[in-house]
Amino acid sequence: MAKLDPNATVKVSMRKVADNRPEKIKKLERKMKRKSGEKKLNRSVAGNTLLFLLMGICGVFMVLPLVMIVNNALKPLDEIYQFPPRIFVRNPSLTNFSDLFVLMNESWVPFSRYVLNTIIITLGGMVGHVVVASLAAYPLAKNKFPGKKLLFSMVVLSLMFSWTVTQIPQYLIISWLGINNTYLALVLPAWSFGMGLYLMKQFMEQLPDSLMESARLQGANEWIIFWKIVMPNVRPAWLTLAIFQFQQMWGNTGGMFLRSEELKPLQYALQQITSGGVSRAGAGAAVTFIIAAIPIAFFLICQSSILETMTTSGMKD
Amino acid sequence: MSSTTAGRATRVRGYSLRHEIWKNRASYMLMAPYFILFFMFTVVPVLMSIYLSFTYFNMLEAPRLIGWTNYVKLILEDDIFTISLRNTLLFAVITGPISYMLCLLFAWIINEFKPKVRALLTLVFYAPSICGNAYMVWNLILTGDRYGYLNGILLKLDLINNPILWMQTEKYVMPVLIIVQLWLSLGTGFLAFIAGLQTIDKGMYEAAAIDGVKNRWQELWYVTLPAMRPQLLFGAVMQITQSFAVADISIWLAGNPSVNYSGATIVTHLLDYGSTRLDMGYASAIATILFLLMVGTNQLVQRLLRRVGE
Repeated sequence: MAKLDPNATVKVSMRKVADNRPEKIKKLERKMKRKSGEKKLNRSVAGNTLLFLLMGICGVFMVLPLVMIVNNALKPLDEIYQFPPRIFVRNPSLTNFSDLFVLMNESWVPFSRYVLNTIIITLGGMVGHVVVASLAAYPLAKNKFPGKKLLFSMVVLSLMFSWTVTQIPQYLIISWLGINNTYLALVLPAWSFGMGLYLMKQFMEQLPDSLMESARLQGANEWIIFWKIVMPNVRPAWLTLAIFQFQQMWGNTGGMFLRSEELKPLQYALQQITSGGVSRAGAGAAVTFIIAAIPIAFFLICQSSILETMTTSGMKD
Repeated sequence: MSSTTAGRATRVRGYSLRHEIWKNRASYMLMAPYFILFFMFTVVPVLMSIYLSFTYFNMLEAPRLIGWTNYVKLILEDDIFTISLRNTLLFAVITGPISYMLCLLFAWIINEFKPKVRALLTLVFYAPSICGNAYMVWNLILTGDRYGYLNGILLKLDLINNPILWMQTEKYVMPVLIIVQLWLSLGTGFLAFIAGLQTIDKGMYEAAAIDGVKNRWQELWYVTLPAMRPQLLFGAVMQITQSFAVADISIWLAGNPSVNYSGATIVTHLLDYGSTRLDMGYASAIATILFLLMVGTNQLVQRLLRRVGE
């Protein structure tokens, strides 16, 4: 980025001063002005067609599970067990969902409690991680201090160690801290996941140093720089991280860290319902739908608000 | 004489180190919450696991130090480990680079669209990763009797006479698992690339067009890729951790153990010892070897990625 950008901008501005440029460049500039806005430069029709065709074919395969989840949720029981199986539903009905709500009302712990647990765990784990990991990523990306390289490479290396075998030591530490069987047992470890820090650090690295320098000259401290300058400029990064973390926390069933029934998340309760076997296959399809639908809704909200940051803030190195 | 100079040098260095730390106290303060938790919940457990790899630990008795025994057994005597190592490397070599390229290609194409359309297209391609255990779909497709989708189609087209037991036939297991793994490729790296493309300054494309970049491919190589190098590095690490740790799809589709261990990977082998046979020492030794394998690959890949855009 640094290699190309500064030279290029200098060249353009110099040309603007003395307008005796070759005709070719003038033409190109006019073309660019005409096309500016949504249209992109350097695009051929043949290339577009080829790429979009490729996307279409692959897209059908990729979206298959979504299509099946939606259709299964709408299938009455006899269609779910129909042979040969069909992908698309023929007589859509909402009986699966009404069956599910009947089962929910029968549960020993009120269902709203499971929902509350999930909200606390998912939001706590997500917001906390995004804030804590970004706070740590900023100095690692932009400041120089002793131990920087060591700390960062430890985080990257930790991503490569299989979590299966670290679970037991982790359980021992959580018990030792006395937070076993509380929300904290799920939320606190989630704050320190390695991937989030790595992601944030990579994006912050791209911010031009001049941005921080000028804020420092105006008397801003690191805390203010972080919230007012760094975070708004890496919006696509933390929205993406929020998606990852939401998915991660949403899929958590509590496992061995939550033993009390009234602390368990929704995911666990829903899985209990589907473990009822054949007679619950209908409700099970509705459960699969709900489990997928919530992260998808969150995903769409985040993805559509990832706007082009650099162009809107209009900064240059 | 020389010793006092050296002594003074260390003192000076000691002083300047402390000075440097004090000067950067704001940075350390910002990092403290994360790294305290990171040490507690990641660094210490990893070190404990590495220690356990030198012990016999069945989770009932206290771990007993046995030196290199686990490693020696793993490398010299464990035939299944050899199979799973071979399968894992096959997975990594085939699915790693292809998945990585697919992530980049699709992120780059999707970036051409307006934000709302882009969000929808991203969902379409990310769907296999967001639906939790979406690979269960493949169970329906690959069912071994004539009611499986694939067998049904092949029978109808008269390409086969009898239904094929896909996941119970040794020669089909690995190819099928590789295809499913590729289908799952557009995950973490893909979303990171999508986000990375949003942060590229549009002015750079205009400047590049004036400087003589003629088509989208040149623009990709000379402008886009160098501008998103940090994301490329991130994507590579995530790709390595994914392609070397293939396990879930193998267990769900082929079972653990699979037919004649045809779908065994290092992580299925690890899970076999860690959760079925309760030999945590041995499982930890497997994890440590896998770790070293990933670290080595990562070194290699990072070196390659430095040459992008040259």
